[in-house]
Amino acid sequence: MATQATFRIWRGDPAGGTFQDYTTPVEEGMVVLDAVHRIQAQQVTDLAVRWNCKAGKCGSCSAEINGMPKLMCMTRLSDINLEMPVILEPMHAFPPIRDLVTDVSWNFRAKKTIKQFQPRSPDFPDGTWRMQQADVERVQEFRKCIECFLCQDVCHVLREHHKHDEFIGPRLLVYAAALEMHPLDTEDRVSDLRRRHNIGYCNITTCCRQVCPESITITENAIIPLKERVVDQFFDPLKQLFHIL
Amino acid sequence: MPEFQRFSYDVLVIGAGGAGLRAAIEAAATGAKVGVVCKSLLGKAHTVMAEGGIAAALANVDDRDSWRVHFADTMRGGQYLNNWRMAELHAKEAPECVRELEAWGALFDRTKDGKILQRNFGGHRYPRLAHVGDRTGLEMIRTLQDHGIHTGMEVNMECTVLSLLMDSGRVAGACGYDRERGRFHVWQEKAVVLATGGIGRAFKVTSNSWEYTGDGLALAYRVGAELQDMEFVQFHPTGMVWPISVRGILVTEGVRGEGGVLRNSEGRRFMFDDIPDLYKEQTADTEEEGWRYTQGDKNARRPPELLTRDHVARCINREVKAGRGSPHGGVFLDISWIKQHISKSEEHIKRKLPSMYHQFKQLADLDITKEPMEVGPTTHYMMGGIRVDGDSQMSTVPGLFAAGEAAAGLHGANRLGGNSLSDLVVFGRRAGRYAAEFAKSNGATVIDEQHLQSTANDALTPFERGPTGENPYQIQYDLQDKMQDLVGIVRTENEMQQALDIIAQLYKRVERVGITGNREYNNGWHTAVDVANLMIVSEAVTRAALLRKESRGAQFREDFPTKDTEWGKYNIVVKQSQDDEMQIEQRAIAPMPEELKAVIEEMK
Ligand SMILES: Cc1cc2nc3c(=O)[nH]c(=O)nc-3n(C[C@H](O)[C@H](O)[C@H](O)COP(=O)(O)OP(=O)(O)OC[C@H]3O[C@@H](n4cnc5c(N)ncnc54)[C@H](O)[C@@H]3O)c2cc1C
Ligand code: SF4
Ligand code: SF4
Ligand code: FES
Repeated sequence: MATQATFRIWRGDPAGGTFQDYTTPVEEGMVVLDAVHRIQAQQVTDLAVRWNCKAGKCGSCSAEINGMPKLMCMTRLSDINLEMPVILEPMHAFPPIRDLVTDVSWNFRAKKTIKQFQPRSPDFPDGTWRMQQADVERVQEFRKCIECFLCQDVCHVLREHHKHDEFIGPRLLVYAAALEMHPLDTEDRVSDLRRRHNIGYCNITTCCRQVCPESITITENAIIPLKERVVDQFFDPLKQLFHIL
Repeated sequence: MPEFQRFSYDVLVIGAGGAGLRAAIEAAATGAKVGVVCKSLLGKAHTVMAEGGIAAALANVDDRDSWRVHFADTMRGGQYLNNWRMAELHAKEAPECVRELEAWGALFDRTKDGKILQRNFGGHRYPRLAHVGDRTGLEMIRTLQDHGIHTGMEVNMECTVLSLLMDSGRVAGACGYDRERGRFHVWQEKAVVLATGGIGRAFKVTSNSWEYTGDGLALAYRVGAELQDMEFVQFHPTGMVWPISVRGILVTEGVRGEGGVLRNSEGRRFMFDDIPDLYKEQTADTEEEGWRYTQGDKNARRPPELLTRDHVARCINREVKAGRGSPHGGVFLDISWIKQHISKSEEHIKRKLPSMYHQFKQLADLDITKEPMEVGPTTHYMMGGIRVDGDSQMSTVPGLFAAGEAAAGLHGANRLGGNSLSDLVVFGRRAGRYAAEFAKSNGATVIDEQHLQSTANDALTPFERGPTGENPYQIQYDLQDKMQDLVGIVRTENEMQQALDIIAQLYKRVERVGITGNREYNNGWHTAVDVANLMIVSEAVTRAALLRKESRGAQFREDFPTKDTEWGKYNIVVKQSQDDEMQIEQRAIAPMPEELKAVIEEMK
């Protein structure tokens, strides 16, 4: 492995910015976030980066590494070509704050517009329910989400068309799916998904699924079944009509 | 003069981990106006990293379990220094709090008959940890977060509290800044809950994130609250040791709960060589019995790998020092061996320990279904913290409450795995309830404008020094290095005296810290602010550890290697004196009521 590497990091704020090169020593086993921390500690103390767990569990350190949306703490330097400068940019789908940090607060606001969990009444007088592991597992896949928002970052509806006001994006479709398929939930979110959250904007490009660090099958397991529910609820009578004709 | 943005609440909760969110939900449910402040984004607090599970005597897997057994286990684990009232309430209320999480949408793994599944963990007599694979903390924080946002609480994300404000002896508010833009804020309120978590960043090898700089402890200390049990820092026996850059990242105890074993370089299960008397009765005699225990055989006793964390950590330390360690200075933790007992063991391991599989595969290029891991002790949890009333969680300062890892008492000298997540919900709930009550029965407060301005000015002085000042990251590294070496897993008088001298020098360097750049998302500035808190907690840990001249639970003194009955009667309490000196004293533990004593006797 190389003994040093150069990182071309976007430095700037909402007004604009430029790329700057920083060269730093590297060792076996290092991840991108380690290199950023080293540069921060030794060269530019005010370099802005967001992180918490350094173990792929909190979803804070999302960025674009050589153009690929990734968690910096889970991207090993040994998997990157270090002969060229490694390009580090903040996520593009959200407004920049500084350097590698973006304003992701929209995700939190949009989440609030999704109707909350509403369980059926308990199965037993002691207030408990019974659920089978198999039924739980389907939803557990969605609940693995660490809210890194990398899927939001690549979704063209948000990234290119900036439909943040109309479309909730793959992360929140996964969230809605987790609620809709929760074995105990009784709320109906289908009409909202169609009218308010515009699930129809998604044309199943699967870009989101490909970047998910938790390997959630976002499109096949979450979005498509939700789309089917929308179709069932809204277009069924029509379908039947066509059948009769 | 720095400008302040002003907010006003009935109850201010500082911290949005499990404890803070649970407190906020409870306070909001009483109709109080609640504000939450946290340093990270919502849902990213430390709680998200918890893996193994949440302890509660639901008795779903073994119907012999009850609050009495849980209580006795917790006290034994804490070597009887625990606040027994907290241990009692915790054991009694944890099951209800777990069921509450389920009612808010949490999806725990299930038993065959559809109940919440529970797993074995060190120090717990019966399978007791409700869990979701090995990502229980994520399930818990997301459940609380998604429920909480609909209760009307106002969340101030990415804000750091710098100081608590006082009004005639009671807490009146807090001031701080938002990390994103660097603007100052003041939050005025009638009651405060501190749920700021631990102090792991005081040490070099740690499973804790940058947030763990003991802010809550330092904030409380500076307004005169008492801290307690500061000498008890838990070193988790199994952290990653290789590659260097991931050293310290946690390897969940769940690996051992599922049958993982510890071996030295000679291939020996060294944990069988040293079983403390307190646990002889409950520990397996043979490897075969230990295996049966992990697979749910109710007649088998636990393997020695599942002894308490302090003990396992010291045994690993001993093996490494004796030259029987693994290539990178740890020992081997092997789960792949279970293929001898289980067909399709690879699938089984991946299903039971998905994020461990993921973590080693991605960070160390190692497949845990095929090869042993290398592990060694890592700084993990702070048993000590703010001294609180067991029922209400109020500190010694009126209106100031504390819950979760920031509060002391429940765990005594050593925490059992899984007892933290349950601590968060049980005492988060209590703190929220009593804080709301306090707010209701006490009138509005007045903000001390002068204190406000001086806090802001102090926070800004590092900018004036600029690049000529001390580098904040370097100060933090130096502190971590020394604390690790001198006040770590094995302690002596001599080394701790040295540590105090070094801490005194570091205080001076903190006074000269300099920052470049501006106030927007300036990690250097954030570190400069945080390191001042780390200094206070590091000093408190060292002084308390020096005073306790015995080895008990997480504290191991090489110069006093045995437990001393006399010391078992005291907690150590730390507080700031009138002239700003750190005062330290022994405080007798309140006598335990007869009925609780009887429970402990019965479970011996
Ligand atoms: C890797 C790992 C695995 C673990 N596994 C388990 C397990 O399986 N079972 C178990 O029971 N326990 C486990 N623990 C321990 C447990 O996770 C923690 O003790 C617990 O989550 C602490 O929760 P908390 O609510 O007290 O604090 P945290 O979740 O850490 O939250 C602290 C909050 O305070 C905020 N804060 C701190 N300082 C300030 C400030 N100055 N201003 C504003 N906000 C501030 C932070 O931003 C954060 O929101 C584990 C710990 C780790 C590190
Ligand atoms: S599949 Fe849909 S949600 Fe996912 S990136 Fe493509 S358009 Fe966006
Ligand atoms: S679904 Fe996957 S990519 Fe999207 S936020 Fe969650 S973890 Fe990240
Ligand atoms: S720092 Fe938590 S996911 Fe990278």
